[in-house]
Amino acid sequence: MSKARNLRGAAHDAAAGATAAEPAALAGALRMPRRDFVKALGGGILVLVSLPPALTGASGSAEQRRGYPTDVNAYLHIAEDGQVTLFSGKIEMGQGVMTSLTQMAAEDLGVALASVHIVMGDTASCPWDAGTWGSMTTRFFGPAVRAAAAQARLILTDLAAQRLGVPRSALTVEDGVVFVTGHRDRRVTYGELARGQAISHTVDERAVLRSAREFAIMGRSPKRLDGAEKVTGAAKYAADLRLPGMLYARIVRPPAHGATARGLNTAEAEAVSGVRVVNVDGLVAVLAPDPETAERAVKLVRGRFETAPPAFDSESVFDHLVQAAPDTRTTESAGDVDAARRDSARTFDVTYRHPYVAHAAIEPHAALAEVRDGKATVWASTQAPFSLQPQIARALGFRVEDVRVITPYVGGGFGGKAPGQQAVEAARLAQAAGRPVQVAWTRAEEFFYDTFDPAAVVHIVSGMDADGRLTLWDYQVYAAGERATEVFYDVPNRRVRVSGSGGGEGAGAGAASYHPFGVGPWRAPGANTNRFAAEQQIDAMASAAGVDPLEFRLRNTKDARMLRVLRAVAEAAGWRPDVAPRRTGRGRGLACGLDAGSYVAHVAEVTVDRATGHVQVERVVCAQDMGIVVNPDGAKMQIEGAITMGLGYSLAEEVRFQGGRVETANFDTYALPRFSWVPRIETVLVPNDDLAPQGGGEPAIVCMGAVIANAIFDATGARMLRLPMTPERVLAEIRKA
Amino acid sequence: MTDTIRFRLNGAPVSLETDGTRTLLWVLRTDLALTGTKYGCGMGLCGSCTVLVDGRAVRSCQTDLASVQGKEVTTIEGLAPAGRLDPLQQAFHDEGGFQCGYCTPGMILGAHALLAANPHPTREQIVQGLEGHLCRCGAHQRIIAAIETASGQRGGHHE
Repeated sequence: MSKARNLRGAAHDAAAGATAAEPAALAGALRMPRRDFVKALGGGILVLVSLPPALTGASGSAEQRRGYPTDVNAYLHIAEDGQVTLFSGKIEMGQGVMTSLTQMAAEDLGVALASVHIVMGDTASCPWDAGTWGSMTTRFFGPAVRAAAAQARLILTDLAAQRLGVPRSALTVEDGVVFVTGHRDRRVTYGELARGQAISHTVDERAVLRSAREFAIMGRSPKRLDGAEKVTGAAKYAADLRLPGMLYARIVRPPAHGATARGLNTAEAEAVSGVRVVNVDGLVAVLAPDPETAERAVKLVRGRFETAPPAFDSESVFDHLVQAAPDTRTTESAGDVDAARRDSARTFDVTYRHPYVAHAAIEPHAALAEVRDGKATVWASTQAPFSLQPQIARALGFRVEDVRVITPYVGGGFGGKAPGQQAVEAARLAQAAGRPVQVAWTRAEEFFYDTFDPAAVVHIVSGMDADGRLTLWDYQVYAAGERATEVFYDVPNRRVRVSGSGGGEGAGAGAASYHPFGVGPWRAPGANTNRFAAEQQIDAMASAAGVDPLEFRLRNTKDARMLRVLRAVAEAAGWRPDVAPRRTGRGRGLACGLDAGSYVAHVAEVTVDRATGHVQVERVVCAQDMGIVVNPDGAKMQIEGAITMGLGYSLAEEVRFQGGRVETANFDTYALPRFSWVPRIETVLVPNDDLAPQGGGEPAIVCMGAVIANAIFDATGARMLRLPMTPERVLAEIRKA
Repeated sequence: MTDTIRFRLNGAPVSLETDGTRTLLWVLRTDLALTGTKYGCGMGLCGSCTVLVDGRAVRSCQTDLASVQGKEVTTIEGLAPAGRLDPLQQAFHDEGGFQCGYCTPGMILGAHALLAANPHPTREQIVQGLEGHLCRCGAHQRIIAAIETASGQRGGHHE
């Protein structure tokens, strides 16, 4: 290590850098019987919320919740000084929920946004939560936050009514001050009301949420609360935390999936100054005082590996997925598909393919673990601190309550930070080393141990009558799961069959024989595959019927929300009726879908270079109905992000592998969307204030493959049945078309 | 092997007794405790480790410590001395030019070097200038808007 002069000391306390720098008393307090919580918090008012497990995504496992009040899902605390703290088991990974959850609490409590402090993702101080995924934070956790805030407001106004000697109905609340309506001088603040109290209250049915018409904080777009820290570099991610005496680990990894170590020689690595090698039941790691030394030493480990590579590679995997599909279930069935196959005027039998796709968050997985006095504290980049906690406990032989997981800012998740391999590794190594240990994956490890979006196959047989009305929809998906397969078109004879679980159904561990490596949820798991297939199929039928793609869709569905987003996107895009393909080299496409409770429709405009196959997406217009919009600008950021990310899986992203080796191990071989790819993006939020907020992080990505494919078809007449739509593949299809 | 490496870091002199072949990224993040500079790929492919050396954007994961001998190094922490945000930082904040924030320090420093060389870039020049910076969250459209705002080419609401 070097000596730094003229600078502050290198070591800074991890706890001070974490998002949840709460007093130690708090952690203890929240394990007490509920009536004692509030006293340990220093008095004031604590509001608890009980939600049915189905809404929180809880598995109901008592073990997972051990050490926590089993019936409580959100806390809001109003301290004696008026400080409001919202405790959330959700985490902030860029999706902006730190801001939107705070808005919701402030709205229903009746305080300014700046008065609410939020603590997220700390297992010691936050209520149990299944994990941050599935566009569920605003949909399911949001109502709990609002209910807690509304309850607190009720308690406070009741106290104020006593204090001021008037009925509650005579009171007005503004920015944490309660006053007699029309008499602003007869007032009392929330802090004054909370002083001397020790109230712990579970939400009952009396609290009424504010209506969309009354919103003062929700429905607006304050600057993001994480903005200042993120633009100054002050925001701490897991790999940024430091503890005195910590060591940096590099783990000895196999060269390929299916490879097993049959002897490791670590002598040379151990000879490097400052380096220790530890072996924890086969987890072999080099530990060093700085990351570069660890990197240098791990390269000196000599290993013999026995390989048992999978029998398929990134080209042959599709046949394997169909042949080896472990089970088939029918998720939707109506009419008689066999008869319709015979009787339809025209039928269409098409197969679509989707490759393995990486999450590729720019922040690699990282964790810092400290194991001391029979307790473990792990700071981790994770979407699921509460499911990580028992995993770590099992790995260490600890009780769950002796493990604390703290989630700093997460540098992108997209589903890839739901599993917690790196955190378990850090904990095991810290236990063995007796020193704090950081595990921070390299990009190559990231591409090796990522739980990829699974490769998948969709086979559709569809039919229509002579008037272009759908008569048949026989849909079979392999390995993507059922998300976004619901048939919202009016088809009398339909069947949806789902074979093999998708990444969204936790296929990670048990999928070893089906998939060559780990798979898991990837932003709207399976929905990208399913909409890619379904919306191209519809488009192909429209073309065959000689009908404009918008008109074809409008003619074949009565779903009012779908009709609204279709009309909204058409209007915003300036859609003029015409029949595809027009084969001019420029094209436009349309696609729509339903995901996480939200309806979306997209129009994309592309230019296709018919000499090279290069596709430039020029413009994407998206209309989304997501119910009440908590933060319009935040919602638009999510839509824009989803559209931009969707360019990647549509045009370039594909994990290539051979013999168990992942050939796409960095961004030179695995291309992510870049600035030059990004189209003009226009978003329309279709108002629907009668519906509670729906999903926002995922829906707008699900149509991207199809809408681009449909635009390429319009431009060239070529049908792109396999993702990604690389220049080579586009060129090959143009030549066939 | 130990060398004496002296340079200016965020306006203050630094002297390190260490191996000059070490990588600037890791020396910043460990020895100097400046963790705003991020590791993303380790091969100069993503831009998240970008810092300024004598005002030019370099990938600190591809930069030997010895090569900054006698030079001026600026990291994201040096862009807002005394807490006053640089116009680019303010514009990224105002325009929402970030989501998870992990690529943001490198992105802002890349944009800083771009504006230093070309104070009023066209949209095309911004796109070209940042082509080597990856953002997985897809904040690109707003990052471009932030740079246009900071360079006075949009009616931004920052001062």
